[in-house]
Amino acid sequence: MSAARPAPAASARRGSTGARLLGALAVLVALVWIFPIYWMVNSAFLPTNALRRPEPTFLPFGGTLSNFTNVFRDPGFFDAIKVSLAVTGITLAVAILFAFLGALAISRFRFRGRKSFIVTILVVQMIPAEGLFISQYHMLDTWGLVNAVLGLTIVYVAAILPFTVWMLRGFVAGVPMELEEAGMMDGLSRTGAFFRITFPLLAPGLVASGVYGFLQAWNEYTLALVVMTDPGQRTLPLWLQGLVEANKATDWGVVMAGATLISVPVIVFFLVVQKRMSAGLVSGAVKG
Amino acid sequence: MSAPRTSSSTVLPPVPPRAPIVAPAAPEAAVRRPPRRRPIRARLGPYLLLVPALIPIAVGLGYPLVRQFVLSFQEYGLAQQFGQPAEWVGLRNYAELLSDPYVWGVIARSIAFCLVNAALTMAVGIALAVLMTRVGRAARITLQVGLLLAWGTPVLATMTVWQWLFDSQYGVINWLLAEPLGAEGMRQHSWIIEPASFYFVATVIVVWMSVPFVVFTVYAGLLQVPEECMEAAQLDGANAWQRLRYLSLPMVKPVLLVVGLLQVIWDLRVFTQIYVLQRAGAPTRETHLLGTFIYSLSKEFSLAGAMATIMLVITLALTVFYIRRMLRDDV
Repeated sequence: MSAARPAPAASARRGSTGARLLGALAVLVALVWIFPIYWMVNSAFLPTNALRRPEPTFLPFGGTLSNFTNVFRDPGFFDAIKVSLAVTGITLAVAILFAFLGALAISRFRFRGRKSFIVTILVVQMIPAEGLFISQYHMLDTWGLVNAVLGLTIVYVAAILPFTVWMLRGFVAGVPMELEEAGMMDGLSRTGAFFRITFPLLAPGLVASGVYGFLQAWNEYTLALVVMTDPGQRTLPLWLQGLVEANKATDWGVVMAGATLISVPVIVFFLVVQKRMSAGLVSGAVKG
Repeated sequence: MSAPRTSSSTVLPPVPPRAPIVAPAAPEAAVRRPPRRRPIRARLGPYLLLVPALIPIAVGLGYPLVRQFVLSFQEYGLAQQFGQPAEWVGLRNYAELLSDPYVWGVIARSIAFCLVNAALTMAVGIALAVLMTRVGRAARITLQVGLLLAWGTPVLATMTVWQWLFDSQYGVINWLLAEPLGAEGMRQHSWIIEPASFYFVATVIVVWMSVPFVVFTVYAGLLQVPEECMEAAQLDGANAWQRLRYLSLPMVKPVLLVVGLLQVIWDLRVFTQIYVLQRAGAPTRETHLLGTFIYSLSKEFSLAGAMATIMLVITLALTVFYIRRMLRDDV
């Protein structure tokens, strides 16, 4: 699949004024999507008196770092970082490993029950988790796992696994069996052929599902709200909501600084991904 | 050579536009190795690989689902919290909910909200994906970066920004409406007090958040349309709109179906956006949708279970058409 054919753009270039209008429209739309993010960062650098002027301040000239120092002065922020890192890290490691094994099973083996498993992981994703959380809370409560990293991790892994299995299945199936078979002809065992030949080719797939899992676990709010009721066990999104409610209408600067800080790792992740995507588009275009 | 595929998939969850072909591994392996050599291990292999994935799904989703379903037919109160066996009450919980006009109001609002948001998201998303195929490289990348930023920012962070944008006193939206646009009455306007206005704000936020995924997925689908077909159509005199309407869109229909299905599912279960806006000072009773309503029932476990089951049934009812189509086309 050649990801990016340059042709549509090329044909647009021919009708110059129309294309230029469309280009302007695209940039305008991009601004609509960027503006709230820009506004978050902009407000994070503005002192409170600038934020409470009747005229909004559109550029952070004469800005301040005090909003950020206020966030860093909040011990809850660091507790939340610890909880979020623990939950995200464990969820990611467990989910990717288990999903990888499951994807292997359904894309490299034919066995009884394979199809029902595939249907299960598809159907499971339709279950509205937003209806299930009370039941999940009670389950964790009976096991004494409410307000515990382990408890939240269990429900996160369950939530992320179906999609990651599905995603990795596509990647595993995309590596042709013939490569492995060639390795086996050359004397590798089936396992050996898999780990020496297929596995390295799956790295992008593992990264992709890792990014997906990271985003899900890092950004999740609903289940965290239900499971982590103790203020000492808040994840970052819960902490941010606490900050909003504590500062409502008085100090948006601190809130925006907090929002900026929890977004930074995610945006960095996304920019990395974006670079890879552009590179892919370019190489696809060159290949034509 | 495989770089474009994998790296674009990094961004796009591979919603199965083209079902990956499963390599027929086992039969060939069986030919190569006599099955009697390690028969049990060979037969157990795939199951052993599946078990680690199955256990968390069964524990974290399956068990709560079954338990909730069972409890929706029982009376589960304080006594049961202390170990008393729950009493079977048949359909009483369902009857209690469904005889309440308020519950019907929540259901109707949720379905309306879901359909409006899914339709708007799809319309805007498809339009932007088509736009992306028509513009030059610089404009396309600008749009991609903007959408990626919006997509990547954590939901809670975006929710706080939107609250700040819509803030009644110092929010930039009220300022924009009052100053450059001259709508003086908007100066202190509170957006979330009135339910209709509350849903308008929620719709803006949900559409803004959901559009990037649709754009990237549909755009990737549009790139799959073979250039030869487009050229042939162009030679036959089809204009740009006709090529889109009768060629590109039908060809990406499987992608549109999957993405549309996901939008309906996601918008029906919307929780965080509604909950956070409610916490910002909206009247909760008038603004509940299914998710927040179930959350508000958390003390009455049996009722919450019954309501969650009703929600599941609504999800299935709204999506059964899609699912049947997908199963016929795809799996």
